[in-house]
Amino acid sequence: MSLTPQDIARIANLARLELQPDESERLLTQINGFFNIVETMRAVDTSGIEPLAHPVAAIQDVALRLRDDVASEPDQREANQRSAPSVERGLFLVPKVIE
Amino acid sequence: MTQNSKPLHDLTVAELAGQLRARQVSAVEAAQHFLARAASHASLGAYLAMDEDVTLAQARAADARLAAGTAGPLEGVPMAHKDIFVTKDFPSTAGSRMLDGYRSPFDATVVRKLAESGVVTLGKLNCDEFAMGSANENSAYHPVHNPWDHTRVPGGSSGGSAAAVAARLVPAATGTDTGGSIRQPASFCGITGIKPTYGRASRYGMIAFASSLDQGGPMARTAEDCALLLKAMCGPDPDRDSTSLDVPAEDFTRSLNDSLDGLRIGVPKEFFGDGLAPDVRATVDAALKEYQKLGAKLVEITLPRTELSIPVYYIIAPAEASSNLSRFDGVKFGHRAKNYTDLVDMYKKTRAEGFGDEVKRRIMIGTYVLSHGYYDAYYLQAQKIRRMIADDFQQAFKSCDVIAGPVAPTVAWKLGGHGNDPLADYLADIFTLPASLAGLPGMSVPAGFGEGGMPVGLQLIGNYFSEARLLNLAHQLQQVTDFHSRKPEGV
Repeated sequence: MSLTPQDIARIANLARLELQPDESERLLTQINGFFNIVETMRAVDTSGIEPLAHPVAAIQDVALRLRDDVASEPDQREANQRSAPSVERGLFLVPKVIE
Repeated sequence: MTQNSKPLHDLTVAELAGQLRARQVSAVEAAQHFLARAASHASLGAYLAMDEDVTLAQARAADARLAAGTAGPLEGVPMAHKDIFVTKDFPSTAGSRMLDGYRSPFDATVVRKLAESGVVTLGKLNCDEFAMGSANENSAYHPVHNPWDHTRVPGGSSGGSAAAVAARLVPAATGTDTGGSIRQPASFCGITGIKPTYGRASRYGMIAFASSLDQGGPMARTAEDCALLLKAMCGPDPDRDSTSLDVPAEDFTRSLNDSLDGLRIGVPKEFFGDGLAPDVRATVDAALKEYQKLGAKLVEITLPRTELSIPVYYIIAPAEASSNLSRFDGVKFGHRAKNYTDLVDMYKKTRAEGFGDEVKRRIMIGTYVLSHGYYDAYYLQAQKIRRMIADDFQQAFKSCDVIAGPVAPTVAWKLGGHGNDPLADYLADIFTLPASLAGLPGMSVPAGFGEGGMPVGLQLIGNYFSEARLLNLAHQLQQVTDFHSRKPEGV
């Protein structure tokens, strides 16, 4: 299996990454090189095997916890927006999305 | 100067904490000493951020607690944090341009817990961008030099942490390990580092790379210091980290002095194949002989899917990374491109400018393997083999108590040595990836020196929650060898 330049363009769009032509070319070669070693993985018979997400679930049940839906902190808006690129009256500013 | 003849930077964490408690040295004196060392060794590139005012204020507060008799167990001990942990009082960049100048509104849980034990923060340490790398050459700011040979890499991704500990710029540092990022730089720099069982140390405030693998841990010179620090770092964080385990911290020092008589050490034959450099093999073999002299038995074991761990890891980690890094969109924090036409163009240009090559590569791989039509063939398949790899370890632990082998196939390579070949870095992770995928605790202990006089680490892997046992093994080796206390020239 080999990726094409069109695949790279499609994936870059999904990942919201703008790539320069030379970057796309380099990525195509590198990613195809990487997928050569991935082929060994695809050949493994995994029928009947459950996927493992939390590694410790290999030996014991691990339940994803939910916490009570209560406010645990005071308003931190100012601290949270301190590193935002563009803020006005407590709102994050983005380019216009609705005409 | 203290009553002790040893300079402060040659003291272990345990010794320094003792002198601070005995008021033989003040926290301010200790902080000033290490700030000065950082300044005189700045060419190593270990630090990304320091702030003398913040550090000295913390040190004065520690001195006040020492005077008042309310000191924590590590009161006044200075440390620095890998720049993956967010901190209120220092910038947090993850080694990325994307977060240049970013200030977190909160401290990571691990940072907070260490501070509550009395630790004084010296600053933030360099690392590969978003912890993606094996040589620290993927830092967006500058590379880190290995203190043992400045023309070589310190390992990665916790390269700044390892170099700082080896060069005595800090008594200890935090690191994080996703696929070997504590163990491999510890090995390359001749220090001691432990990655606990996945879920023991909270991931809250660790800038996320691959959430099912990321795990923080201490890096120091001795196993005893790692035990003291691990106790302060671990523990449940149920409201902040949904994968944090409900397992309390332990006194990890309790069994440091236990006898190894009759202990069965599993030696995986797959870790000693053709890919292992002869100098590393000889050094690891010599360390295993030391364990035999201490009464342990060597048992050959098999971890048959060792090679498969490379593709499995490099599917799972990028998949999770591509999801985690989608938050960097130029809206809520971090870099935003200056010129763009619309919202999507802003996202694309922001991310193109903010991320480095390796991060982009992993986002691309991750996006692809999670995309429609490929998810089952790649991500799900990798997660299934991940379970098989975890099961292989359980099979192996039926015939042994711990597993030992090399950390990496070679000693630290030259800066630029892997050129523009990311695959060369991936392949060099082969011995650390299996334990990462299984979520098992692992550590690196200085075992001697190989080619070019470079340090070689011995990797110890234990079953889940067996950190105290690993630290016992490491401590016992450090009672009969002195590799951990040797110093690079010029340090």
